[in-house]
Amino acid sequence: MAVCIAVIAKENYPLYIRSVPTENELKFHYTVHTSLDVVDEKISAMGKALVDQRELYLGLLYPTEDYKVYGYVTNSKVKFVMVVDSSNTALRDNEIRSMFRKLHNSYTDIMCNPFYNPGDRIHSRAFDTMVNSMMMQVC
Amino acid sequence: MADEALFLLLHSEMVAGLYRAAEQGEGENGRCTTKLESMGFRVGQGLIERFTKDTARFKDELDIMKFICKDFWTTVFKKQIDNLRTNHQGIYVLQDNKFRLLTQMSAGKQYLEHAPKYLAFTCGLIRGGLSNLGIKSIVTAEVSSMPACKFQVMIQKI
Repeated sequence: MAVCIAVIAKENYPLYIRSVPTENELKFHYTVHTSLDVVDEKISAMGKALVDQRELYLGLLYPTEDYKVYGYVTNSKVKFVMVVDSSNTALRDNEIRSMFRKLHNSYTDIMCNPFYNPGDRIHSRAFDTMVNSMMMQVC
Repeated sequence: MADEALFLLLHSEMVAGLYRAAEQGEGENGRCTTKLESMGFRVGQGLIERFTKDTARFKDELDIMKFICKDFWTTVFKKQIDNLRTNHQGIYVLQDNKFRLLTQMSAGKQYLEHAPKYLAFTCGLIRGGLSNLGIKSIVTAEVSSMPACKFQVMIQKI
């Protein structure tokens, strides 16, 4: 269950950011912003073989004391960043991968929507529903 | 199968419809080609997103061009590009000896002057696909003898 999910365009501006405890929203925006540097580092690590160059999933970007940040880059250089609560240790790598897959599928559907102009903020309700299903339920 | 014919027929009707509308209105003929190209651009962006969903990350520009020639062309036109040439300085020439959108028209020089109209959409398709993958380019097409045609891609280095 994620705490914050962000979709970032290839020019590095956000297309969609949603976080669950809405009072600390700015902190999550900042976390996502700083994680972009780590994403760029991982993508450009050519020849260092730290990350499998052929894979889209980047894995754990960096852990803080409360949260872990995961990244995924598509072939069209759109980045998905997910912030997950550290206390939730039941989340395995496979689950994170499948969450990113679902995000990528929904993003592809949005791209094919004729009413969506690439580069605009994402307002799709279907996307919102899918993201809601992945976020933590806070009562 | 019938689904191949579907896109061909829709495309011919699109071109014909646009030119008919231009004749009735006041617009110059040059705008039709631009409209077709921009239609192809948007379609190319969406298509590329769908096709590259499951492929691995591309290593470099040549890799991307090869993907366009093989997988992309196969999915859209059910065949691969016959010849890819490059000068390794940003110019690529894609040659298709039997372009599906032109095979129904003629097998030689007949209707040659109408061919560019039918290539505009595909030029936009290539340009849209490349732009979504991070490459700015200019795509032009030329036909010397139907149904073979060449698409020239010029990569813009910013």
